[in-house]
Amino acid sequence: MTLSVTYVRYELLRMLRNRRFFIFSLGFPLVLYFLIAGPNKNVNDFGDSGVSAPLYLMVGLAAFGTMNAVVSGGARIALDRSVGWTRQLRLTPLTPGNYLATKILVSYMTALMAIVVLGVAGATLGVRLSVANWAEMIALLLVGLLPFAALGIALGHLLTVDSLGPAVGGLTALLSILGGVWFPITGGFLHLLAQALPSYWLVQACHVASGGKAWGALGWFVVTAWTVVLTAAAAWAYRRDTQRV
Amino acid sequence: MSIAAPAVDLRGIEKSFRSPTGPVHAVRGIDVSIAPGEVVALLGPNGAGKSTTIDVLLGLAKPDGGSAALFGRGPAAAIAEGMVGAMLQTGSLLRDLTVHELVTVIGSLYRSPVDVDEVLEQVGISGLAHRRTQKLSGGETQRVRFAIALVTSPQLLVLDEPTAAMDVEGRHAFWTTMREYASRGRTVLFATHYLEEADAYADRAVLIARGRVVVDGPTTEIKAMVGLRTIRATLPGADPAALARLPGVKSAEGRGDAVVLRCTDSDAAVRALLQAYPDARDLEITGAGFEEAFLELTREENAVEAA
Repeated sequence: MTLSVTYVRYELLRMLRNRRFFIFSLGFPLVLYFLIAGPNKNVNDFGDSGVSAPLYLMVGLAAFGTMNAVVSGGARIALDRSVGWTRQLRLTPLTPGNYLATKILVSYMTALMAIVVLGVAGATLGVRLSVANWAEMIALLLVGLLPFAALGIALGHLLTVDSLGPAVGGLTALLSILGGVWFPITGGFLHLLAQALPSYWLVQACHVASGGKAWGALGWFVVTAWTVVLTAAAAWAYRRDTQRV
Repeated sequence: MSIAAPAVDLRGIEKSFRSPTGPVHAVRGIDVSIAPGEVVALLGPNGAGKSTTIDVLLGLAKPDGGSAALFGRGPAAAIAEGMVGAMLQTGSLLRDLTVHELVTVIGSLYRSPVDVDEVLEQVGISGLAHRRTQKLSGGETQRVRFAIALVTSPQLLVLDEPTAAMDVEGRHAFWTTMREYASRGRTVLFATHYLEEADAYADRAVLIARGRVVVDGPTTEIKAMVGLRTIRATLPGADPAALARLPGVKSAEGRGDAVVLRCTDSDAAVRALLQAYPDARDLEITGAGFEEAFLELTREENAVEAA
């Protein structure tokens, strides 16, 4: 199972030529970051989160941007389906596994771009982390995105092109708010709910400076559970879609 | 597998689909074998089962019964080896890439693709190489899809109604390219509902209707069969059996005061008819429409089955 480098490259190119990707995955989070974190530049304990506002919001908006990038990256399968492209690809030696792997890889590449953009923005607002902490944070974000990659693939097989935008936008907005992207959720019922969501744990990657306990057992459990459930959902959606032909 | 394995071997293919009004039997037992190097038209009216047959042949649909083999192996294996290029009836192109990029992407999925510029040249779209795919006309899109089918330099080329979106000029250019490709000893199977296309570009036609093979033979044979003309005349009290013996007449039937003659040679038949029956009037000669001929042929098929 080897991926076609050319196929990956042009899939990435297609993504980069897509204006919507720049707006929702890069531009939007970046502008909002400066709008929200700028005035709160000197807040050291943002909403009882225990970390500074620039750091918290940097990870929060990176979570938002990457969520968008990864979910819509998978959901773009719906686009391929709508023009009969998945059928065309089935007439090539490309295996379904490689097709999905390429989609995920490209999603992750674009997610990484969002992380880098937000990271640089964070640095300009005074975020300082050790190399090890940066690495750990990025690693946690990438792992935390796995359920979203599966979600994207499931949506890509279930949705039509018309419902794609609203569904992906609405879902990521909701998961962002409930996961504490914009403001930390620290108590009460909302906190309990938030802890059950994968988006919450993406944002919790901001706690890397507190001694490698950003997630803890609960975080790993929730992320793993969502990954398993959504992967099963994606597999089901894929089979349902391809059997119909 | 031996060298002599047929390029296409369909045996007893059956496929039905669920629909709100009960199952639709799209294909009911199709047997077709195509030798390497043959150019074959899959001919039939809309809804005859052509596309379903092609989907099964390419492994896009699983048959309910029967088996499909390409060059002695399963469709998926033949496709994985880059032996098959196909142009499906429906389908568009990926947006946000140029024609050259798109064909390159597809080529990259094969072990030994041909040079992209060469393929674009071959299909006559070199001038479109750097155009974004969403800015192409329907005919241009079809040509790009043709280029995609050719990028693996396939042994077998499968085309499902390839000229549907093309204008007359585009059609002509398309078939010229196809002929040229076929002349290199490649196997081509194309579906069409135009008898003229089958006649002009294929060596052999497989006529299917209602999910079955009705006739399979040289295109000249098919043309003779469906190219019948019909003479209607008012001729009270005539004996159909006698009429059927007239030169150029294949069959005759009486319908009240009228008679209907199916003719292989309507000119000879008219002369003979008027000579033998000077009081025949209201003569009407019509070329049997293709659809009509199909129905006629399938009716015979059904009758044979019932017997």
